[in-house]
Amino acid sequence: MADTNFDLIVVGGGPGGYVAAIRAAQLKMNVALVEANHLGGICLNWGCIPTKALLRSSEIYHNMQHAKNYGLTADGVGYDLKAIVDRSRKVSAQLNGGVGHLLKKNKVTVFDGYAKLDGQAGDKRKVHVEKDGKKLADLTAKNVILATGARARVLPGMEPDGKLIWYYKDALVPDTVPERLLVIGSGAIGIEFASFFHTLGSKTTVVEMVDRIVPAEDAEISAFLQKSLAKDGMEIITSAGVKEIKQGKTTVKASIEVKGKVEEREFDRVIVAAGIVGNVENIGLEGTKIKVDRTHIVTNEWLETGEPGVYAIGDVAGAPWLAHKASHEGVLVAEKIAGTKGLHPMVKDRIPGCTYCRPQIASVGLTEAEAKDRGLKIKVGRFPFQGNGKAIALGEPEGLIKVIFDDKTGELLGAHMIGAEVTELIQGYGIAMELETTEAELMHTVFAHPTLSEMMHESVLDAFGRVIHF
Amino acid sequence: MPIEILMPALSPTMTEGNLATWSVSEGDTVSAGDVIAEIETDKATMEVEAVDEGTIGKIVVPAGTSAVAVNSVIALLLEEGEDASALEGYTSSNGGADSSASNDAKTEEASDVEPGKSAPAASNAPKPAASTTSAPVSPSGERVFASPLARRIATDKGLDLKAISGTGPHGRIVKRDVENAKPSAASASGGAVATPGFALPESGSVTEIPNSTMRKVIATRLQEAKQTIPHFYLSVDCRIDALLDMRKTLNAAAPEGDGAYKLSVNDLIIKAVAKGLVEVPAANAMWTDEAIHQFNTVDISVAVATPSGLITPIIRHADHKGLAAISNEIKELAGRAKDGKLMPEEYTGGGFTISNLGMFGVKDFAAIINPPQSCILAVGAGEQQPIVVDGQLAVGTVMTCTLSVDHRSVDGAVGAQFLAAFKRIIENPALLAL
Repeated sequence: MADTNFDLIVVGGGPGGYVAAIRAAQLKMNVALVEANHLGGICLNWGCIPTKALLRSSEIYHNMQHAKNYGLTADGVGYDLKAIVDRSRKVSAQLNGGVGHLLKKNKVTVFDGYAKLDGQAGDKRKVHVEKDGKKLADLTAKNVILATGARARVLPGMEPDGKLIWYYKDALVPDTVPERLLVIGSGAIGIEFASFFHTLGSKTTVVEMVDRIVPAEDAEISAFLQKSLAKDGMEIITSAGVKEIKQGKTTVKASIEVKGKVEEREFDRVIVAAGIVGNVENIGLEGTKIKVDRTHIVTNEWLETGEPGVYAIGDVAGAPWLAHKASHEGVLVAEKIAGTKGLHPMVKDRIPGCTYCRPQIASVGLTEAEAKDRGLKIKVGRFPFQGNGKAIALGEPEGLIKVIFDDKTGELLGAHMIGAEVTELIQGYGIAMELETTEAELMHTVFAHPTLSEMMHESVLDAFGRVIHF
Repeated sequence: MPIEILMPALSPTMTEGNLATWSVSEGDTVSAGDVIAEIETDKATMEVEAVDEGTIGKIVVPAGTSAVAVNSVIALLLEEGEDASALEGYTSSNGGADSSASNDAKTEEASDVEPGKSAPAASNAPKPAASTTSAPVSPSGERVFASPLARRIATDKGLDLKAISGTGPHGRIVKRDVENAKPSAASASGGAVATPGFALPESGSVTEIPNSTMRKVIATRLQEAKQTIPHFYLSVDCRIDALLDMRKTLNAAAPEGDGAYKLSVNDLIIKAVAKGLVEVPAANAMWTDEAIHQFNTVDISVAVATPSGLITPIIRHADHKGLAAISNEIKELAGRAKDGKLMPEEYTGGGFTISNLGMFGVKDFAAIINPPQSCILAVGAGEQQPIVVDGQLAVGTVMTCTLSVDHRSVDGAVGAQFLAAFKRIIENPALLAL
C-alpha cells in the first residue's frame, strides 16, 4: 500500500486543484490529489478548452465564407460536424494527458476516486477515498484543499435528456447543428454556444432574464454585442424567461414570457446555460464547521473555511467562476500553507474575464456602473476599431475599447473590450493594474504599430482628451 | 548589476537601526530565506533574511554599526553568473530616487516631498558625520520602490514614502500601503515620544495641514537634538550703539551699481561670530562617540524662515569674507531659500548656526542646537534701555544674545570664552575690519 500520510490533500483535479498541488509540491510538500473524473477538470475537458476548439472551427468557417472580402475564392465551403467535435475532444485529451504528466513530474500522488472529509486524527485531517462504492484509501494530512468545482444549474422541467435539451456537456458533443436553436441564458457559456451554432447556420434565439446580454460586462459592451449579434441575424430576447418546455418527438415547444406576455415557439434543440451550482455534496461537509451558502463553500479572504486546515478554492468557493481565478487561489493557498512571507489576498477587481463569441469580449476591473456605485469620480475613454489601421487591414472594423480611470488618483479601475482578438489584449491592462500604473505611464508607453493594441493606448488618451486617431 | 540588500524596517515607524551581526561573509552563497544578518532597534532584535539568491559580493555596512538608516544599502548580492568584477564601478542607487521621482508627471507639484531638493536646517550633515551616531536622515536618500499609483496617492496625501514600509513584491510600496498610512503617522518616527491618551478632536474642529517632508525632517531632527544633546545656555548683553553707527557710516558710503551693498545688523553679527570662532576654535566643533571633530573652516549656517519651514543656507569661509560680500551672499541665498531653490551643498555642512528673531521684537530666546553642530547663537532685538556707564545712568542700545551649547563637545568655559570674544568684537566693531 502506498503512503497514506501527506502534508496536503487536494480534492479535485481541475485548474484550481492541480495547480495548487503542483505549487505545494514545489514548496516541498508531500501532496495527494484526488480526482473522480478527469484531470484538468471541467475547464480542460468540458469547458474552456474544448469550446475554444469548437469556436476556432466556426471562426475559420466564417472566414472561409467571407473569403471573397479578402480577394480569395473558396467554393463549396462546408463542414463536417463530427470532425469538428472529434478535433475538440482530441484537444482536451491531449491536455488532459499533459496535466497527468505535470503531476507525475512534480511527484504528486494522484488518487482516482471520490474524496470525502472523514474527521480528524490528532492535528491531522482524515480523507476517505472511494471508487465505485468501494474504499480505495484512507488518507491523512494536516491541510486539505477542497477544489471540487461546479456544474450546470439544472432548471426544473428542463432536465437534460441528451437529445433535445442540452447542457454544456451535450452541446460540446452535438449530433447535429439544429435548424432552430434556443439558448437560455446569455452569460459567457450561453453566448459562446449561441455564437458557435449560429455561425454554423442555426437560426438562434437567445433568451436572457435581465435587460441585457452578458450581464456581468459593462453595459456599453452588452449593448455593442447585442447590436452586433442582431445584425448577424441572431434573435435576442431580454427581460424574458422560458416558463415551460414541452418535449415533442424531434422538437420542443418553449413558452417564452416577455413583459407578462407568453408566446409559444418551436425549436429543434434547447441549450440551458442558466448559471452553475457548486459541488458541495458528498464531500463530507456535513457535521463540520464548514458553511455553505447557496451551493458555495464560505471562506475568508485567505480561502480558509470554518474548519482549521481546510481550504476551498475555485468555483466551489464562489464567483467569479473562472479557471484562472481558481488557479491563482490554488497558488495562494499552497503558499499560505507553506508559510511563504509577503502574501496578500487576491484582489478580485483585477481578475480578467474573456468570452469567445464573435466579436470577442474581454474585461478586467470595474464596469462604469460599478465604479459609480462605489462613489468614485471617474474618467472614461473609448476608442473604436474603425480608427485602428490594423483592425481595418484585418477586415475587423467592428469593436470598442473602453477604459475607466479614477479621476483623483489616475488609477486604472477597469477596461472593457469587444472586437477581434481582444481576449489576447486584455492582459496588457491586467499587468498595468497589478503594477498600479496611472494614466501617465500608459501614455508614456510606446505601443507597436500597426497593432490592435494601439487602441489600448488611444483609449487611455481619449479618457484625458488627448486621443489622436479619432 | 549586483542586487542591493537594504536595511529593512522592522516597524512602520522605524527610521534607523543597528546592524548587530552578519551571519554571512563576503563570498558566501545564500538562497532566499537564509538568515544573513541581525539588526536591532531599541525594541527588538530581528533576523534579516535574503530575498534573492546569490553570492554576497560586498558587505557595505559592517557588523556593529549603529543607526543605519532604513533602506540604505547594507550589502551587495551578486546574481548567478556575476563575479566580483560586477562590483567595480558599481555606484549605489543613492540619488536614484531623484531621477526616478522626476519622471513622475507631477514632479512640479511634488517638489516638497522630493528627496534632495529641499532639506531643512536640521539635516546639516558634514561629511564626518556619515559614520557616526548622529547619522542624519539623508535628504538625498536611497531609491524608494513604489508603484506609480502609490507615489501619486502619497503626493496627494502629503505622505513621505520613506517613512512607509512596502508590502508589495520585494518591499515595493503599493496602493494598500499608502491608503492605510496617515500623514501624521510618519511624524511619530522619532519613536520615543508617543502621544497616548490624546483624544483626537472631532472632525471639523481642526484644519489638517499635511506634513511635508521638510516639516517631518525638522520635527525628527530637532526632537532628536533636544532629547539627546545635553544643552546649556549662556546669555550676554551687547551694547551695539557703536555697531549701529558703523553700519550707518558704511551704508552711507556704499557705491551704486557694481559693488553696491546694504549691510544689516545680522551681516555684522555673522562676521563677528566668524571672528569669534577664529579666536575660540573649540566652539566650532561636532561631537561623535569616538572623537570631537573640530572644523578647520569657519562655515556659518544662517537660519532663514521660508513658507515651508526653516532652512539654513551657509556662508562658507565667513572669516575670510568682507562685510559687503557676506551681506550680498546671504541676501542671494535667503532669496533662493524662500523659493525652495537651494542646492543641498548650500545648506548642508556648516559648523555653527545663527538664528536672529530680533526683527520680530523678541528680546531673548534659547535656540535648539542644529545637529551635528555644537553651538547655535540666538540673537534678540537691539533695544534702547537705561544702562550704567562709568557710574552714570545713560541710554544705550542693547542686544541680548544666547548661546545654546552641546556640553558633550563644548564646556561652559569654552562657550563663555567664545561669547566674550563675540561681545568684545560687537562692542568694538572696528575689530571687524581686521
